[in-house]
Amino acid sequence: MQGLADGYFVIPYTLGNYLADDIHTKAIPTDHAAFVEAENKVKETLNKLMNIKGKHSVDHFHKALGKIMWDKCGMARNAKGLEEAIKEIQALREEFWKDVRIPGEQNELNPELEKAGRVADFLELGELMCRDALQRNESCGGHFREEYQDAEGEAKRDDENFAFVAAWEYKGPSNFELHKEKLQFEIVHPTQRSYK
Amino acid sequence: MASKNAQDKGRFESYDVADVSKDMSFLELFDVLNERLINEGKEPIAFDHDCREGICGACSMYINGRAHGPWEQTTTCQLHMRAYNDGDTIVVEPWRAAAFPVIKDLTVDRTAFDRIIQAGGYISVNTGNAVDANAIPIEKHDADLSFAAAACIGCGACVAACKNSSAMLFTSAKVSQLALLPQGDPERATRAENMVMQMDKEGFGSCTNTGACEAECPKGISISNIARLNREFFSAGFTK
Repeated sequence: MQGLADGYFVIPYTLGNYLADDIHTKAIPTDHAAFVEAENKVKETLNKLMNIKGKHSVDHFHKALGKIMWDKCGMARNAKGLEEAIKEIQALREEFWKDVRIPGEQNELNPELEKAGRVADFLELGELMCRDALQRNESCGGHFREEYQDAEGEAKRDDENFAFVAAWEYKGPSNFELHKEKLQFEIVHPTQRSYK
Repeated sequence: MASKNAQDKGRFESYDVADVSKDMSFLELFDVLNERLINEGKEPIAFDHDCREGICGACSMYINGRAHGPWEQTTTCQLHMRAYNDGDTIVVEPWRAAAFPVIKDLTVDRTAFDRIIQAGGYISVNTGNAVDANAIPIEKHDADLSFAAAACIGCGACVAACKNSSAMLFTSAKVSQLALLPQGDPERATRAENMVMQMDKEGFGSCTNTGACEAECPKGISISNIARLNREFFSAGFTK
């Protein structure tokens, strides 16, 4: 819903104007060093995936990851579960890169290869979601840390320490650096949601 | 139906699938079969799918001689295995139309539709503030007709069902949704001509008003849109 509302209200004021100028931009050449580097990296990943020739399908790993996330990084999560989930995802990711089976050829329509690229990303993103949930020692919105609730089971916020958007910088496997983007509330201040 | 690519001659392959639940969707049947094929070291069957809730139009399968299978106004993803009995043989083919070349197995290239849209299925708007929704009053009757035409998901069932592989239902729905509204007026004279020209260029066949498209359309698009397209096309010739 957030995405829909933001898109509807924000895009007409921003993106349209930006794209209006971009319509005159000619086709961008592909010989820039950054492009060449990115292209080689993608080719390398594809070759690596195709050459694993393991035993288990991409769906096997996708479902295993989904189960970990469902059980331990759902709306209600706790530190113990998240720490376990991080270890389990790391082990699963290692297994994926050793044992995934991708049938077919690389240079043809290959839905399994496409899916493998996405699941490889999910195996990194899943871990990051757990790490993010683990560092946020409060309950807030869709993030309900079971340790942070009041006597009536309502979410316990901590705006003194967590009024920021967590922007994580990828620095390599299992290595993310947190950048805090502070949130400032001038007129309406966040409070515990109450339906009473 | 199996084929490596558009150049391959193509052939039928038979698979037995056990333990099929009545509650499985038709696409889930393929998921289960593909998982098995991969585990057996074989190649899975390539098929198009995305939203799996009947709105994206990707799941193009010709099932026992009907686009999207036996149920009325349903896409393949909404078709469930309770439509069949245990032991049934089900024949599945890709969309059959020269303008939709086979990429692999059940996946066809439907970008011809994109090029028809690019030829005229748009309106010009100013950038900046979004116009207030009620700034231009539109009669309820017209709004309803336009909305019904806009329900087209571009799946291609109309082409697959047509004996001539005509894309008239698709093109007419896309022309109608704009022709019925004042916002569609600025490009009105060129839209119908350009889109019909592109449709012909792509190799879609002619319309002979047999109505198979309407009968098989998962969104119930009416062939009265084709009459509207013809009217738009003829009147465009008089405005020059």
